[in-house]
Amino acid sequence: MEFALSDEQQAIAKAVRDLMEGEIAPRAAEIDEGEKFPAWVRELFQRYDLFAAMLPREYGGIDGSLLTQCVVMEGVARVCASSSMVLGNQSLGATPLVLAGSEEQKRRWLPAFATGEKLASFGLTEPNAGSDVKGLSTRAVRSEGGWIVNGRKCFITHANVADLVVVFAKVHEGGGDQITAFLVETDRSGYEVDKIEHKMGLRGSTTCSFVLEDVWVPEENMLGRVGEGFPILVDSLNKGRISVAAQSTGIALGALEASARYCKERTQFGQPLARMPAVQQIVADMVTAVDAARCLTWAAAYKYDTHAPDMVRYSGMAKLFASDAAMKVTTDAVQIMGGYGYMAEYPVERMMRDAKIFQIFEGTNQVQRLTVAREFFASL
Amino acid sequence: MNIVVCVKQVVDTEAEKRLDPTSWRLDRTVENILNPYDEYAVEEAVRLKEAHGGEITVLCMGPEEAAAAVRKALAMGADRAVMVTDPALAGSDTQGTAHALAEALKPLEFDITLFGIMSTDAQTGQVPAAVAALLDLPLLSALNKVEIRDGALSVHRQTDQGYVAYECPLPAVLSVAKGINEPRYPSLKGIMAAKKKPMEVKDAAALSLVPGRIGGSGAKTRVLATSNPQPRAPGVRVEDQGDGAEKILDFLLKEKLV
Ligand SMILES: Cc1cc2nc3c(=O)[nH]c(=O)nc-3n(C[C@H](O)[C@H](O)[C@H](O)COP(=O)(O)OP(=O)(O)OC[C@H]3O[C@@H](n4cnc5c(N)ncnc54)[C@H](O)[C@@H]3O)c2cc1C
Repeated sequence: MEFALSDEQQAIAKAVRDLMEGEIAPRAAEIDEGEKFPAWVRELFQRYDLFAAMLPREYGGIDGSLLTQCVVMEGVARVCASSSMVLGNQSLGATPLVLAGSEEQKRRWLPAFATGEKLASFGLTEPNAGSDVKGLSTRAVRSEGGWIVNGRKCFITHANVADLVVVFAKVHEGGGDQITAFLVETDRSGYEVDKIEHKMGLRGSTTCSFVLEDVWVPEENMLGRVGEGFPILVDSLNKGRISVAAQSTGIALGALEASARYCKERTQFGQPLARMPAVQQIVADMVTAVDAARCLTWAAAYKYDTHAPDMVRYSGMAKLFASDAAMKVTTDAVQIMGGYGYMAEYPVERMMRDAKIFQIFEGTNQVQRLTVAREFFASL
Repeated sequence: MNIVVCVKQVVDTEAEKRLDPTSWRLDRTVENILNPYDEYAVEEAVRLKEAHGGEITVLCMGPEEAAAAVRKALAMGADRAVMVTDPALAGSDTQGTAHALAEALKPLEFDITLFGIMSTDAQTGQVPAAVAALLDLPLLSALNKVEIRDGALSVHRQTDQGYVAYECPLPAVLSVAKGINEPRYPSLKGIMAAKKKPMEVKDAAALSLVPGRIGGSGAKTRVLATSNPQPRAPGVRVEDQGDGAEKILDFLLKEKLV
């Protein structure tokens, strides 16, 4: 397995690091406290083509490789997890179109997603359909020249700023309910965001509920065919989880670097914390976890880019391992910094709060373990 | 307006620097970057090109790995690159470096050759002047404003008290000061485009460099000894008894910092 970074990917990693250190790091705490979608971060990412790393080259993307996307996501999340959602959610919202869109649908939306001029969201979760996605109750029925959609979605990232939401709904046809994907422009009448959540972490990324009340969309807004919604969402999330793993690695790396640097400077009992064996033991485990998470994530991205048959298992493993690592590493980062780690003056308490969600969304880590075991047994 | 920007790769300013105890050369096996002062020169060149058109060539003397620094300059907006690399050049002092750069500049058609004010590693700031002397061109150094007016240069040279305004015909050699502009980050598309931009590689023979002027053996300077800097003296402490601001201002005036 080979996934060494090319010269360009290395240069991209460096450019993202410099951009994040220079422009975002000084304001990351403010982004967290603001509890708003950071519009200026979007503009910054537009200016430096970061959105383009989320999309295929044919539609204005950089190189269309998931490995490149992972390099960018890690570098952004290392400094600010909320900012990484500006890109991560764009990828998740655009991927159903990339995978299943008609040429016309792709031409209409993907180039604008690649510049960041338009934003996408992924509308799957409902109050009664979380892990159990097949339990969704949003409905679409045929109506002249198109479809009328009714339902309620919750926990949808950036639904308040998105131009387009990919909505998964049930269509009753052929004697049963068939999950089907629709492209819903957010300026259609009947689409209304009615709640923005207050959260533990990732507070610079808005998490929204919206209602769909008799929203009419034309026939050409159906993505794929009736009944293809489930494979579309599964395939999209298989990709999304690898990107989530890269974000998790980035958060862990940020916390590792911040806390280890602190330990070199903080002196107790006449010596820097970094010289104390008890602290060294913890830091050794942290750095090991970060590098292992990155290796697994890049391996999964490589599997995705090369269409390897065991990609799905790798996607699940990378997501669960990297996000568990992020939770553990950020918690340890707070621990080795003592009371200072707990204070908002230092970034690690924010990183610890931000890390938690990565064990939950895009399929909880419990559900990932089910997938990994199932895929592995099936391969024997 | 054709511009050549001379750039150097240096050890990351944040990395811990070490000297080889026998050769006294800087250990360059750590993280290397485009000399931060050169970023101002690249940015200034890109701005001049945006305003007046023309082509920007990046010129770099250094080991092969320095190509990464050159590519960053290309990603920021330069059009093509000339890389001068040869094991015989290792250990060159400022005069040797200037000789190599001047010979590489001769076949290039340019209106301006731009430098950063110095490199962050050796910090001599001599190379721009030496190159100008070798090419018999005017030198304007430490500039914090560069404009083209009626086909000639109109520049500000930074001084301790303010600036001196100069006018100068083209072609000329310029070095720009830190803070003349805010260097852009390379965009991702700029990075991808840099890959396709031409990079010409030349060695000492191709430039007919004089062997006695380059490399460690050709160096006219020799490092005899090195020592670590003295730990800094403690700062001045100002107790505020209602006149704190005044005391600080007095101090700053005395040190010529304002
Ligand atoms: C900040 C945030 C952003 C989000 N963004 C989006 C978005 O953009 N788009 C979108 O569609 N959704 C989004 N979500 C929703 C997210 O994907 C779901 O919250 C997640 O899938 C879990 O669903 P749930 O919250 O209903 O939990 P539940 O499914 O109720 O799970 C509760 C617990 O039960 C466990 N559990 C459930 N079923 C099983 C099982 N079969 N075996 C073992 N354990 C099980 C889970 O692991 C979990 O621990 C977001 C959520 C958050 C918090």
